[in-house]
Amino acid sequence: MTPKARKNKRLVGLFLLGCILFNYPLLSLFNLEAMILGIPLLFFYIFTAWAILILLAAIATRMRWRSPSKPDNKTG
Amino acid sequence: MLTTGIILFASFGYMGLLFAIAHYGDKRADAGRSIISNPYIYALSLAVYCTAWTFYGSVGLAVRSGLGFLPIYIGPTLMALLGWWIWQKIIRISKVHRITSIADFIASRYGKSTTLGGIVTIIAVMGIIPYIALQLKAISTGFLLINHYPDISVSYSELPVMGDPAFYIAMLLAIFSILFGTRHLDATERHEGLVAAIAFESIVKLAATLTVGIFVTYAIHNGFSDLFQKAGELAELKNPIGRESGDVSSLIFDRYLMIKGQGNSYMDWSIYVFISMLAIIFLPRQFQVAVVENVNEEHLNKAIWLFPLYLLAINIFVVPVALSGILRFPDGSVDADTFVLTLPMAEHQQFIALFVYLGGMSAATGMVIVETIALSTMICNDLVMPVLLRLPIETGGHQDYGRLLLTIRRGSIVLVLLLGYAYFRTIVEFYTLVSLGLMSFALVAQFAPAMLGGIYWKGGTRTGAICGLLAGFAVWTYTLLLPSLVQAGIIPQDFVARGPFGIALLKPYALFGLGDLNRISHSVFWSMLINISAYVGVSVFSRPRAIDHTQAALFVDVFRYSGEAGESHFWRGTANLPDLKSLLIRFLGKRRTDAALAEYADKHKLSWSYLATADADLVSYAERLLAGAIGSASARVMVASVVKEESLGIEEVLNILDETQQVIAYSRELEKATAELQEANRRLQDLDRLKDEFISTVTHELRTPLTSVRSLAEILHSNPDIDADQHKSFSGIIIKESERLTRLINQVLDYEKIESAQMDWVITSTDIKEIIQDAVASTRQLVEDKNITIDYDLNVQAPPISGDRDRLVQVIVNLISNAVKFCDAGRGKITIRLTSTDKQVRVDVQDNGIGIKAEDQSKIFEKFQQVKDPTRGRPYGTGIGLTISKRIIDFHHGNIWVESTPGKGSTFSFSLPTALEAALSR
Repeated sequence: MTPKARKNKRLVGLFLLGCILFNYPLLSLFNLEAMILGIPLLFFYIFTAWAILILLAAIATRMRWRSPSKPDNKTG
Repeated sequence: MLTTGIILFASFGYMGLLFAIAHYGDKRADAGRSIISNPYIYALSLAVYCTAWTFYGSVGLAVRSGLGFLPIYIGPTLMALLGWWIWQKIIRISKVHRITSIADFIASRYGKSTTLGGIVTIIAVMGIIPYIALQLKAISTGFLLINHYPDISVSYSELPVMGDPAFYIAMLLAIFSILFGTRHLDATERHEGLVAAIAFESIVKLAATLTVGIFVTYAIHNGFSDLFQKAGELAELKNPIGRESGDVSSLIFDRYLMIKGQGNSYMDWSIYVFISMLAIIFLPRQFQVAVVENVNEEHLNKAIWLFPLYLLAINIFVVPVALSGILRFPDGSVDADTFVLTLPMAEHQQFIALFVYLGGMSAATGMVIVETIALSTMICNDLVMPVLLRLPIETGGHQDYGRLLLTIRRGSIVLVLLLGYAYFRTIVEFYTLVSLGLMSFALVAQFAPAMLGGIYWKGGTRTGAICGLLAGFAVWTYTLLLPSLVQAGIIPQDFVARGPFGIALLKPYALFGLGDLNRISHSVFWSMLINISAYVGVSVFSRPRAIDHTQAALFVDVFRYSGEAGESHFWRGTANLPDLKSLLIRFLGKRRTDAALAEYADKHKLSWSYLATADADLVSYAERLLAGAIGSASARVMVASVVKEESLGIEEVLNILDETQQVIAYSRELEKATAELQEANRRLQDLDRLKDEFISTVTHELRTPLTSVRSLAEILHSNPDIDADQHKSFSGIIIKESERLTRLINQVLDYEKIESAQMDWVITSTDIKEIIQDAVASTRQLVEDKNITIDYDLNVQAPPISGDRDRLVQVIVNLISNAVKFCDAGRGKITIRLTSTDKQVRVDVQDNGIGIKAEDQSKIFEKFQQVKDPTRGRPYGTGIGLTISKRIIDFHHGNIWVESTPGKGSTFSFSLPTALEAALSR
């Protein structure tokens, strides 16, 4: 598989993960009257999940940059 | 103290700074040292997505529906992840086809349709003008607010148009857009200065948001948890009854921190995510910065996480600012849309307030600039040009169209801004920032089926796209636009409350009784449903034209056909080179045309001096050049006017490939042609084989008599004392065999003569009976040798024929000797019959020999054909006789044929026209 196709797969995977994270029913699990570290749970969940998703996207796109010469040794 | 003078100075100073940055960017670009060619600037320019709506409106929305503002930014985050996939494809397609706007993209995909381009442009203008108005409103509100510093109050009526700084800002934006957005004629050329300015604006608005967020959260309050705590206490204070005691009351959760109830359900949340996913791709300004201004596809790599990071950063303080605003102005006297600005004002932080004001301005102006340029390209290329090109006056004229084009584009910019301003002054007051923005989103989402279908599905057709777009637009108009006019008082209230004509099922906010969703979600659901159904349904049932196939294949398989030469595989046409050149000059100007053509010549190693005709490759190159300036649909019309022919050949269509009926039809044709060729080849091979066999047979036939002649001669030679009787008998055989040899050789020579058309024909009027008699006489010996009887009856009247007597004798001799060959010695019987009419005479030669198999009957007259003897495996005779006979009869315009039953004998017949008939027909 080409590095590009692998990156595509990773990003599509992240997209699907995002769709699940930010939709019903997962969202409803955090839609509670509760605080975590003094911050409302849902607010905390959304921004944390958002940040993690961005971090994963950064990692997913970066991996290709680091190993352009020997892309076949890397696994997703 | 913030005086009006300082505020105005800051406003116009900021605009001046923008001009300077854009100018610097353009200068650097001209010098070949781009400042925007890196993924960070690209990601920042994508952030033009965040407008005044984000800057001011998010807080307002948060106050009204809590976390409901977030889907608008989560959608783009998700789409950015998938965007690698979609954006990359759109960017590649646009670069290959020199597409400059979303209208051009859709028009080009569906067969370069001017109709579609026009529809998309009109829809885009309708959707975007209110959005631009919203930005101008934000600028104006911002100015009014800060101008009253430190009082917090706003009233639009106090400002006449001429005294409204928003009006001047709008005009400055028009000048900016004209200066930096229409520098080149070719809209595919990037506007580097513009992008630089947009990126700068993105930095300013983010900085301003973060500044006010940090100020509110950490200066006014004591961090996030402190703020949430205080908000909870306030809610408890207002609603102390029936609430459990705790840190934070349920009320604040219900309203601001959870997804609940009408207007903020999971369904609405998902639909908002969905439309903002589409908006990030299909908003004209996003298309402009993400696709047209893209320097390098690789920049997407970083942008797909940098841009979401930007969105996260700009949103993180929205809820704190909203809560803080509620705490500061608990009586609701201040519009929540202005909290961002009013909070620092209320705290007497004039520098923060001024910075926030400029931040708001940057958010608004960035959007207005890019959106206006995108719209002006669309209006010019897909609305005005198609009409202009169809006007009769243009034909043959050699005016400078380049100047005209730029004028139209600049005019459109001014027009769009004036429309936006007018809209703002008349209607916008009735709406919040967000509701207008969301209406735009819902409308822009209508482009999605035609666009996404267009790049991933070859089956989408022009009719399908038109139907889908119009249907979606109609539903949007009914469910969002018309009701919004009710709010402005233009349409009576009953329309919304009871439905048109009192029909409750048609209530625009609850179509067919669907009342669970909020207005936007409701409209998106129905319009997308109908749009997609119409697009797919009509596409499936409509018949695509050849150009639809071509464009579909080029778009869907862009990565396969990528590269400059792509299109010419599909489109064949040649043009007169001077015509084509003058067409280019009219739109691009002489300098650019010459440069472009020189580049082409260089690449293809051509020399113009030898060229009079532009080939298909050059024609499509010219079309792409033009497409960059006037849009693909118009370019097609213009190029078609000078192109001589345009057709899809078998090769081209085969390239387009697969499924399509047309291809199947063509491939069948091709298969047929191939089959014909194969058949011809097979026959040639057969002939070749037959010729070999013929040669071997002839030599064999020659050798047999030669062998006997030689052996007899040797006997005579070595036995001089052989007795006289034997001597006579031997020499008699030698003579006979020599005659046979001579006959054979004569036959071959005759055959050769006839074949090479060198035969000398002696045409006279002759009697067929004499011919038969002569032939029988000359074969008497042959017949008697095999003890065969021969019958013929010549007591019939036969009209004279005209022909070569000797040759015709030869025909009958051939037929008789043929019959003799196939008859058994002793039992053989040959019958010759003569019949005649006024028009023709007919001769039958019947034998009772072995006969000829049906499959051989048709072949025996052909060249080199011999009927094989099944026992000997070698043919009888040379096979030349019948071929020669046929040639002779053909020459006389007669027919020759055979009827035979194997085992019972054959009848060879020929017919000849009478002399009279021959004379008449000549």
